Order: sequence, then C-alpha cells, then structure tokens
Amino acid sequence: MTAIITALAALFTRDARIAIRIGGGAMIGVLFFLTVVTLVPFAIGPDLALLRRIGPAILWLGALLASLLTLDRLFASDHEDGSLDLILMGRIPMEIVVLTKAVAHWVTTGLPLVVASPILGLFLNLEPVALGSTALTLLVGTPALTFIGVVGAALAVALRRGGLLMPVMVLPMTIPVLIFGVAATNAGVGGTVPFATPFTILCALTLMSAVIGPFAAAATLRHGME
Amino acid sequence: MPAGLAAKTARITAKHAWIMPGATPGTAVMELEGTDLGCVRGGRRVFSGVNFTVVSSKPMVLTGANGAGKSSLLRLIAGLIRPAEGAVALTGGDAELSVGEQAHYVGHLDPLKPALTVTENLTFWVRFLNGRAPPGDASAVESGLDAVGLGELGHLPAGYLSAGQRRRLSLARMLAVPRPIWLLDEPTTALDAASQERLGRVMQAHLDGGGIILAATHGPLGLDGAQELRLGPKVAGP
Repeated sequence: MTAIITALAALFTRDARIAIRIGGGAMIGVLFFLTVVTLVPFAIGPDLALLRRIGPAILWLGALLASLLTLDRLFASDHEDGSLDLILMGRIPMEIVVLTKAVAHWVTTGLPLVVASPILGLFLNLEPVALGSTALTLLVGTPALTFIGVVGAALAVALRRGGLLMPVMVLPMTIPVLIFGVAATNAGVGGTVPFATPFTILCALTLMSAVIGPFAAAATLRHGME
Repeated sequence: MPAGLAAKTARITAKHAWIMPGATPGTAVMELEGTDLGCVRGGRRVFSGVNFTVVSSKPMVLTGANGAGKSSLLRLIAGLIRPAEGAVALTGGDAELSVGEQAHYVGHLDPLKPALTVTENLTFWVRFLNGRAPPGDASAVESGLDAVGLGELGHLPAGYLSAGQRRRLSLARMLAVPRPIWLLDEPTTALDAASQERLGRVMQAHLDGGGIILAATHGPLGLDGAQELRLGPKVAGP
C-alpha cells in the first residue's frame, strides 16, 4: 500500500514539476486565459453594462479553452518518449494513474486559472459578488473539465492523432459544465434561481466526471496501445 | 514484505544492487516460456508459431531482418500488445505479478523528460516502478548512475544529454530497480565501445545473479553461451 502511495506521489511530483518548469503548461494556461479575456472587450467595445452582464460567461469560456489547451499533451508526451509503456507495464492500476495525472494537471493549470479569475474579472467590470461567485464556481467546475478532458487526451494517443481532434471531441461533452457553471455564477449575483440549485448540479457533474473520466481514459489507453 | 526485504538487500549491496535481480531468495531458477506465439499488427501478420524457452542465467538473443517482429515479440512478452495466438508463461517468478510487472523493457525510446534533471528522471522511475520511498531511494539512484558512468551529470537537465548518454540513463533504470527479467530491444544503440563493454558486464552480472535476459540485436552483445532465436520468413505464416 505504501509502495503505491510512494509511486503515485512520485508521479504527481514529476508531472507538477514538468508543468511549472520553463515551457510547461502552468504558465501557458494562465497566459492564454489572460489573452482570451483581454480580447473580448476589444471585440465588444466599451459597453461597461454589457461587459458586466456577460463577464462571467467570458471567464468561464476562457477557463474552458485554457484548461483544454494544455490537456492534449497529458498522455501524448508520455507516449512519445516511451514512458507510457513503462507506466502501463507497472504495478499501479491505470485508473489511479490517470486520476493522479488529472489531479496534477488541475493543480498546476486549473487552480492558477481560479486564482487569476478575480483579477481578470476586473477587466470585465465585474462587481465583487460576481468576482467571488465566478471564482467559486470555477474552483468547483474546472476539475470536471480536466476529468472530461483526460478521456479526450487518451483518445488522442490511442488514435495517434493529436492537435485539434481533442478539443473537437471534448468540447461538446463540456457543455453541461459550462451551462451550470455560468448559471450558478449568475444566480450568485442575483436572479430568480437560488444559487444552490445550479451550484449543486455543478458539484455533481464534477464528482461524476471524477469517477467516469479515469476509468474511460484508462480503458482507452489500455486498448489503444495495441 | 518484499519491498522491505528488497530495501534491506539493496542497502547491504549498496553499489551492486543489480546483482540481486529482485527475485526473493528462495526462487532459484526461473523459466520464461512462449508457446506458439503469433502476432498481427495493423492487419499484417508479423510472425506465427514462435516457440522459445529462456531460463535463468542463460541469455537469449533475438535476431532477424528488419520487420521480422523482434520488437513486437518483446512488446508482446512485456504485455504491451496482446498475442493473436499462443501464450507467455513464467515459472519460478512471483505468481501474483504478470510477466510485464516483473520485467524491464528497454525499447527504442528513452523514457526521459528533458525538463527534469538526470537524477530526477531516475528517481521518478525508482519510486514509481519500485515503490521505494525517499530517502531510501537515493542510494539506488546513485549506484545506478555510477554504474553507467553518469554520476557526475546528476544535476544536468536530461534535455542536454547526448543520444548515448540518454540510452545509458535508460539502462541505469534497470540497475536501480531490481527486476528478474530484462527485455532489451537493441540495447547497444548509440553506445560507444566502452559503454557497450560496460553493458556486457552489467548483463553478465544480472545473469550470474539468476536473471533472465532476452535481447533483440543486430550486433554481438558479448554474452557467453547465448542461445539464438531467429525470427524470419521461415517462421512467418501466410
């Protein structure tokens, strides 16, 4: 048992280290998030009321695209240098390996997005309550994006097609998360629906994807490596 | 508890960790047997009807032309691809583990991360494959790096290594993590003469300790008494 924990801790440390070193995914994700959010006011124009109304949706879209941007390398880099072979041969069940890699990915790329979102929200003229509720829904919702994304990342390796295949497959599956994420944020600011209703559904989506995602990705990797 | 036992033996034999091939002391002779193995890759039949038996301390060398299926056979034994027919069986090993879980597979690729240092790369594999917690893993990493002559380069990011040094770092993994079966696919690629000789000594030490070696190669490996398994048109089916 301790051997498994040691092995998983080593995997987590390795992935986190690669992500935060130069050229890793952690900074790229936040910078991409910043770029998307900064571009929107330029496209829409200086309508502060409009920005305030669609601000949470823009933050959510930016976070969605930023977390998917870095996900497609999750297994591809391990596949290209042969690490995935050794991981598959190892004694650790692939489902837990996928879960660990997903958690490492979220901590290094999802969490910085959550931290950055209040600052970027200021660019969109959001009021303090909206900043808080966006950060909270992103904190709860971005893990779901990662756990759904790992299935796409595994498919990209199994099908030996990288690049745009991943977002094309994964983005449709993230629609429920996006709907309830933005709905919860808007409900937090005010509206007819109580905050808890969409927020608990968002929590449920994250928990479900945390269970289904690793199993689906592990099965894909095992069969796809043939 | 094999992990604790392995840790103890490794501590005793500090620099010669690879001589203990990870098998528990009771298991004297192991036998790896493939019966009537067939392999289909991408709809093409690579080989069929391959039979072999490898026993402890007696290496087997896989030869054959390009595309004869040497790499496929090694990956099949490692459990990375499923055989179209036939089976691989191991007697004398740990019954609870599959063949792949008791084997080292050194393929064409060197599983190294360029952003991590040489030591970090090897430490990861020691912890991941062996479950050896810090700080007990440090001695295994150190002796592994010393054994392949990379002891001085531990702090260097692996991205700066030459092809031969990358390959030596891959080989250091076999020494730092004790496993009884070594599946080597062209292990001498990119190695200079001195390193090839060192690899020969390391493999001989593994065999002397009761290990199993199956190596695909085009050139001589310098192993005494190696039996040869030739893959080629005569065993390939229609």
